[in-house]
Amino acid sequence: MSKPEYEARVIPCSARPLRFDATKCVGCNRCLEVCQVDVMLPNPQKGAPPLVFYPGECYYCGSCVMACPNPGALSLVHPLMNQTKFIPMKDPAQGG
Amino acid sequence: MKWPYENRAGETRRMECDVLVLGGGLAGCYTAIAAARKGQRVILVEKGATERSGAAGSGFDHWESACTNPCSRVTPEEVAQAFIDDKDGYFNGISHYIECREGYDRLLDMETFGGKIRDTQDDFAGAAFRDEKNKFLFAYDYTNRFTLRVWGSTFKPALARECRRLGVTVLDRTEATALLLDRTGAAPCGAGAAAMNTRTGEFLILRAKATVLCMSRPARVWLFHSDLVGLSEFRPTQCIGSGHAMGYRAGLEFVMMEKSVRGEFSAAGRSFPPYSAGNNHNTWYAATMVDARGVDIPYVDRDGRVLKTVDERYRPAPGQKFFLKGGTIDEAAYEVRGPETMDAAALLAQGYQLPFYADLSRMPEMERKVIWGLMVGEEGKTKIPVLKALTDRGFDPEKHRLQSYGSGWQSASFLEQERQLFGAPGGLMNDWDLKTNIDGIYAAGDQLFTGDCCGHAAATGYYAGRKAALRAASLEALPACDEEEAAAEQARLLAPLFRSEGMDWRELNAALAKAMQIYCGGVKNDAFLREGLDLLRTYREDYVPQLSCANPHELMRTHEVLDLLDVCELILNACLLRRAGNTALCFARSDSAEVDPPGDRRFLTLKKEGDRMVSGSCPLDYYGDLKSQYEAHNADYLEEVAHEQA
Repeated sequence: MSKPEYEARVIPCSARPLRFDATKCVGCNRCLEVCQVDVMLPNPQKGAPPLVFYPGECYYCGSCVMACPNPGALSLVHPLMNQTKFIPMKDPAQGG
Repeated sequence: MKWPYENRAGETRRMECDVLVLGGGLAGCYTAIAAARKGQRVILVEKGATERSGAAGSGFDHWESACTNPCSRVTPEEVAQAFIDDKDGYFNGISHYIECREGYDRLLDMETFGGKIRDTQDDFAGAAFRDEKNKFLFAYDYTNRFTLRVWGSTFKPALARECRRLGVTVLDRTEATALLLDRTGAAPCGAGAAAMNTRTGEFLILRAKATVLCMSRPARVWLFHSDLVGLSEFRPTQCIGSGHAMGYRAGLEFVMMEKSVRGEFSAAGRSFPPYSAGNNHNTWYAATMVDARGVDIPYVDRDGRVLKTVDERYRPAPGQKFFLKGGTIDEAAYEVRGPETMDAAALLAQGYQLPFYADLSRMPEMERKVIWGLMVGEEGKTKIPVLKALTDRGFDPEKHRLQSYGSGWQSASFLEQERQLFGAPGGLMNDWDLKTNIDGIYAAGDQLFTGDCCGHAAATGYYAGRKAALRAASLEALPACDEEEAAAEQARLLAPLFRSEGMDWRELNAALAKAMQIYCGGVKNDAFLREGLDLLRTYREDYVPQLSCANPHELMRTHEVLDLLDVCELILNACLLRRAGNTALCFARSDSAEVDPPGDRRFLTLKKEGDRMVSGSCPLDYYGDLKSQYEAHNADYLEEVAHEQA
């Protein structure tokens, strides 16, 4: 059987679910290895954050952040439309 | 960029084992552990990474129907029967009785693997929902204590470790694609599966004496968002029902596939991420809700009696033995209906004002802490995306109210054609060994019909694992593997890699979802169902040969959609079989005036033989008396458990 060539290409989407802080990330790839959706690929530059090739496939479980050994190196951000609204409590005298 | 993993397209790896487990979620891990404990050589195939994969990968907050825990005041028979009655009989009595009977045993297993099931730090000492001796925390019915609150975020890593410790060969990043059958005997039997590495494209032929299907129920059938694919449905992106599809292709028998419900979750569309909006269901039960003015929304019991205290929300009504809450319970039957906020229409009629909010500040400290911190935190997809995200945005449950967007936990109102397989949907038909209609092939968790809840996945997984182990131990040699069948599967799998400039998998998924909304929406009729099947045929003939992709990751997604095509066909055929409306199955017809005719109170089964659909039916209580049948089929297990306790 002949071999097809593989190519890695970013499939962009309207959201940016995973955000790396390159000053904190050590490129250990733990996030990449626990991601069941496999949305990241290892960075060709050793020690640099993984590359998010398939952001639209992220299902926002947060397992990558849970696995990250350096707090703040990786954060998960829901699309803006999915950030639910909360309001401060009203004055108890007014029933709140 | 150059693809960072090896290119093994066209290469084949052959492996052999006694028990092959397809799917590495909760059910699959417990299956593997049970079979390995029986001394069998086990291979576990997981498309993602076992450490955090499956619907419960990132966590879960409660374990239902642990009826045999030492604090329980209900029997497995009572709870299993209550669930069956609640679904009007359209329910898997076998698998749920197994859950009621053995679920607690699996929790104890989990503790030995390193998962947290008790409040060992005494964070909730003195709480009404805590048993001080065992340090268990209970949810919902505090009087009867059969659902436990658990630290589910600790479970999957513990299970993955235990699988490795027992010598299970775990193949992560490996997608099972087809069941292999031995057709040399009088009847076909399971011979293993074909699979593909999702990073290298390597093809695998996995031969086994017994195979257990432990994959997800289908998703993305009606609801698909091509931009935010991962938010299309509740379950993880790759959990789309490939096990159903390969079972359908192999001739396994399905039941209740005509059931679908109006959408409840699609954070790419109408709803918000589960558990992130103000609500009082499931994980958030029984949060205090207030209206726009800040006035408390009353909770009422099944008789409409307004409850005065928070504690009463967790107690059965006068004269009621116990109540049910949890994953599959929306509006419980009167007998087991628990406390609930007053009906929304009644509230508005009485002057309550929208929007409503969840207000945890008014709850006793322990109740607030257990909802916001334990339940929201341990439930899947909540620790980071809800608890941390909202906390980072400044949310403080003592100072803020969280808005509610719909009635109940759904946080949105979907259209009737926007459907999902949710609330105990259909799946594989099973006997008391959790065996399918083909010898040597078993099923567990979400692959079984009306599967639901982590306790169900764990209990049925372990049970199927030990039944599969018995089968494997009884065979001297591996069933025959058809090399031609395997080669054809390899060619099918790799084909999209050899095309360029073709159709992307998203385009086909979007077309399928739209077709299902049109031809298999909230109300069915034969003309539309047949049109739908005809359209699928044209997709298969004209567009599937145009699919192309650039690497094994995209190839995995492409095959997910091809599996969805089979699932859609299965659903349309199952809908054609049911001739009248059926309330319990959320099944409506415009070409039949009949609803729930007594003669239709049966399971309708469906399987594929070659290109022919073969239908059948059986009584809703085909499984017989739960307790005596279970005990007749599990003398070995009962002896083991008695021995351990002695």
